[in-house]
Amino acid sequence: MTDQASFRQGLLDPAQPAPENLLDGAAAPAGKRYDVYRNNVTHSLIEAMKAAFPLIHKLIGAQNFSTVATEYVRTHPPRSPVMMFYGTEFPGFLPNFPPLAHIGYLADAARLDLALRQSYHAADTAAFDPAPLQTLSPDALMDARVSLAPATRLIASNWPLYDIWAFNNLTNAQKPQSLAQDVMITRPGFDPAPHALPPGAFQWLTALADGSSFGQAHDFALNKNPNFDLAVGLSLALSTHAFAKIDHKELK
Amino acid sequence: MLDTPPRLDRLPNTPGVGYKPQHFNDLMADPGSVEWIEVHAENYMGDGGRPLAQLAALSERFAISVHGVGLSIGGETPLDLDHLARLKRLCDWIKPASFSEHLAWSTHGAEFMNDLLPLPYTEATLDRVCDHINQVQDVLGRQMILENPSSYLVFAESTLSETDFLDEVTHRTNCGLLLDVNNVFVSSTNLSVSPQTYLDSYPMHRVGEFHVGGHDEDTDDHGAPLLIDSHAAPVTDPVWTLLDMALAKTGPMPVLVEWDTDVPDWSVLKAEAAHAALALTK
Repeated sequence: MTDQASFRQGLLDPAQPAPENLLDGAAAPAGKRYDVYRNNVTHSLIEAMKAAFPLIHKLIGAQNFSTVATEYVRTHPPRSPVMMFYGTEFPGFLPNFPPLAHIGYLADAARLDLALRQSYHAADTAAFDPAPLQTLSPDALMDARVSLAPATRLIASNWPLYDIWAFNNLTNAQKPQSLAQDVMITRPGFDPAPHALPPGAFQWLTALADGSSFGQAHDFALNKNPNFDLAVGLSLALSTHAFAKIDHKELK
Repeated sequence: MLDTPPRLDRLPNTPGVGYKPQHFNDLMADPGSVEWIEVHAENYMGDGGRPLAQLAALSERFAISVHGVGLSIGGETPLDLDHLARLKRLCDWIKPASFSEHLAWSTHGAEFMNDLLPLPYTEATLDRVCDHINQVQDVLGRQMILENPSSYLVFAESTLSETDFLDEVTHRTNCGLLLDVNNVFVSSTNLSVSPQTYLDSYPMHRVGEFHVGGHDEDTDDHGAPLLIDSHAAPVTDPVWTLLDMALAKTGPMPVLVEWDTDVPDWSVLKAEAAHAALALTK
């Protein structure tokens, strides 16, 4: 008998022998025929990782990527048949993979790849209507709340994360400078795009996403970063379609 | 979720293609002989975005076949109910003309292996597969069709032939069958049996769809041919010949051309579909 637990054991562990009782057409031991499954499983998972983490692939090159992805898929096989979300543990895995641990920004770069993919598959939403921002009194506006669009993602980083992405994806992008850069991903149509966040905007948007009013979020952001500029943050959020809907009792 | 597209009841007896997003514009502009498409269910389980929008647009124009690759119908562990619920959501929304899955397993416990893994053909496997198919058909509220695998090896404990196994499954569950002709060729070559014998013992009256696709060639430890079901190449002549033989037994059927790896330009896939169209006129 070959149960599925024993068949599975060798699939991601080349040191394991092939299970017993597997035969070829002439009833001889199946030998390397079992390896077809090993190869299919490992190769398909590495290909899925390659499609999922294009920025990491660019940053470390094909050979390094193949090495780290092989180790990752063997130790972190998928836990769902929905492969579009495979790799959620990769950002946490990278700093603990000794050959690449010295590249400090890789984990955040992997978070960016992951967030781009989540944004790509997020729910659609109608375009944000900014009209209430003009009709509400300044006081009422401070009481209003917004919801972020389902495709909006926020990533805090101590690295020049946006510049790293841009340098590897846009022509004529400047070389990343030594600075910390938070990133927001938005998806106005079907294509997610990263944006560098100005000082304090990450905290402001995170507070809004958590249900704080404009006033509360403004205070929170200023508290965290005295350089936060509401006009700059709001203008970026509106021009990139970061918001889904504004909510205030005067708008009902 | 997007608006519900119109319902199409049955796949037409014409060529279809495995849908690849990079072909969207070309396929919509110039489908050639293609009247229906097949999509892998798991690629349309996000909440929105381009994949679902494309599928909605395609369903306005083509009949849709939803082809699951992750249900693990042959799994020893229970079916993943969350996954079954996702499948139901997709089928309730897109109302496909056909839903198909594989005689294989891919999930063990919580782990998904992303491959179609083989089963011993025993009474115990038969009971399990039939229970799972009944469960799927109950949840989806529709008949499903079951695809024969590509085999690279056999299990010492098997007591039934694959064709007897499939025949019994259809009797116990009233499911239909998807006959992958390339898989028949790959398995027969790999296990040194005749593909004609397979077709002769296969329950053709249960077939609702054919698949053809390309394979790669390798050899085993003894230098014997070992074909790999790669879907990375054109359909070979012996597979087209087998399709002719199968169609001679069934009459016209929906015939799908699969090409999943190293996907070529639309013109190449369109030509493969035209080849299938020719086979359907013989």
